[in-house]
Amino acid sequence: MRMSNKTADRIATAVFYFFAFLIIAVLASLIGFILYRGLGQISWHFLTSPPETFKTGGGIGPQLFNSLFLLVLTMIITVPLGIGAGIYMAEYSRPGRFTDFIRLVVEVLSSFPSIVVGLFGLLVFVQYFDLKFSLLAGALALTVFNLPLMVRITEQGIRGVPREQKEAGLALGLTRWHTITKVLLPVSLPTILTGTILAAGRVFGEAAALLFTAGMSSPRLDFTDWNPLSPVSPLNPLRPAETLAVHIWKINSEGVAPDAAQIAAGASAVLILTVLLFNLGSRWLGRFLYRKLTASR
Amino acid sequence: MALSTQSAPGARAEEHAGTDALSADNLSVFYGDKEAVKKVSLRFAKGSVNALIGPSGCGKSTFLRSLNRMNDTIPDARMTGSIWFDGADINAPGTDVVSLRQRIGMVWQKPNPFYKSIYENIAFGPRYHGVKKKRELDEIVESCLRRTALWEETKDRLHQSALSLSGGQQQRLCIARTLSVEPEVLLMDEPASALDPVSTSKIEELISELKQEYCIVIVTHNMAQAARVSDKTAFFYMGNLIEHNDTNIIFTNPENKQTDDYISGRFG
Repeated sequence: MRMSNKTADRIATAVFYFFAFLIIAVLASLIGFILYRGLGQISWHFLTSPPETFKTGGGIGPQLFNSLFLLVLTMIITVPLGIGAGIYMAEYSRPGRFTDFIRLVVEVLSSFPSIVVGLFGLLVFVQYFDLKFSLLAGALALTVFNLPLMVRITEQGIRGVPREQKEAGLALGLTRWHTITKVLLPVSLPTILTGTILAAGRVFGEAAALLFTAGMSSPRLDFTDWNPLSPVSPLNPLRPAETLAVHIWKINSEGVAPDAAQIAAGASAVLILTVLLFNLGSRWLGRFLYRKLTASR
Repeated sequence: MALSTQSAPGARAEEHAGTDALSADNLSVFYGDKEAVKKVSLRFAKGSVNALIGPSGCGKSTFLRSLNRMNDTIPDARMTGSIWFDGADINAPGTDVVSLRQRIGMVWQKPNPFYKSIYENIAFGPRYHGVKKKRELDEIVESCLRRTALWEETKDRLHQSALSLSGGQQQRLCIARTLSVEPEVLLMDEPASALDPVSTSKIEELISELKQEYCIVIVTHNMAQAARVSDKTAFFYMGNLIEHNDTNIIFTNPENKQTDDYISGRFG
């Protein structure tokens, strides 16, 4: 007997619901498990004190700082380059082979495995340019795989603005540059910003690309020394820096402290909470900016 | 603010100055290989309203968009022939397209206010062109809104988003925005076709008032509208200019049979 359309529709609906709930369940249990194991470890002491190699009671202070500082460094390099290239792709490039080629390169770059980017960073930044294992080398490696994302986000953001907006700007006798910066960018800024923060979340959680670039150790840091040229200053971009994600990987694979498992659990919880914060924050900020810039309520 | 020009052949420029605000001479527009406008010559007098009519795809909008070089934004569009404005050919290389566009304003079919406040929509252009004092900007905003009969409706909500206005109000705001940079010519591409009848009649009243000061070129699909608002009408068909004459002659006693067929609704 042939199934009636109505029955088929009901079954299909049920299947889609099932998959949707499956995904939510996997995500919820993953986050729940990590938080359940890790939240108990988090304390002010844990977040601020340096790790211990052989004793219990180590913290993740320097690693947390390294992750945040590396993120800032990466974004300082990525955001202007990415927005500039995105504006070029959306507004200045003429359709043709060259533009198609750039787009292909961007796509290929963004699909590179991060461990390969890390090895590339080791060869080029760490060894050839002699940056050694350093925050700067790490930031440059992260730029390699963050940049394509930024370019695409900016291009899509600007292309998403209705064409008539651009023509209206030009028709008032505005230059192209002024039209782009004062008419198109404000409208697309929330999109660009949201994308940027999501990209930042990815940078924050990245480990593989940093193993061979930013390094797996952190020198003894003096948090009272804010001179970026001093080797013990946290702000020195040329010092090696183990990030939170790398730290989790390291203590899980070779940690000898008796409480290594607990430390890893706590650090994972901090990492996942921060990335969640980025996600929620980007939505809120995007909406807030859109209202502010477009005078809408 | 003079247009930077290549020294145009004197006699030619003289001939095209006079009472014409704008005139096209043998203008062709191509999209790739397709000739969308074919060797059109048209003259628009100062202080007149000129309707461009014709079936969809006849080239009238393309022609309109070439008058302020808006077609430059379309990658494979190119033009031949000349457009005379203020004694110079705006198609000549070296033309300052940016200041040209300030002097030849444009209004689109779909209202396209900036995603900014009502006030900012109007203050934006003048501020860019050098008006910095708040008091002067306030005056410009008020006078532009008054001229488009929007002041009473918006004076208490100037800092709300322009997108909170109705479609008809948005379109009048777009006209006000165009007036804010003091153009000499207004190009309108079916400015009322997306609006309700009440808003349409407001726009038409506005056009009749504005023609005291501006040369207006308006593309329309609405025969009755062309007959109501315009002094001269040009009929386009398949990229060719078929007939151009006083509006009352076009609508009562056209010379060309195609024009007659079109305005009496036998095709198009």
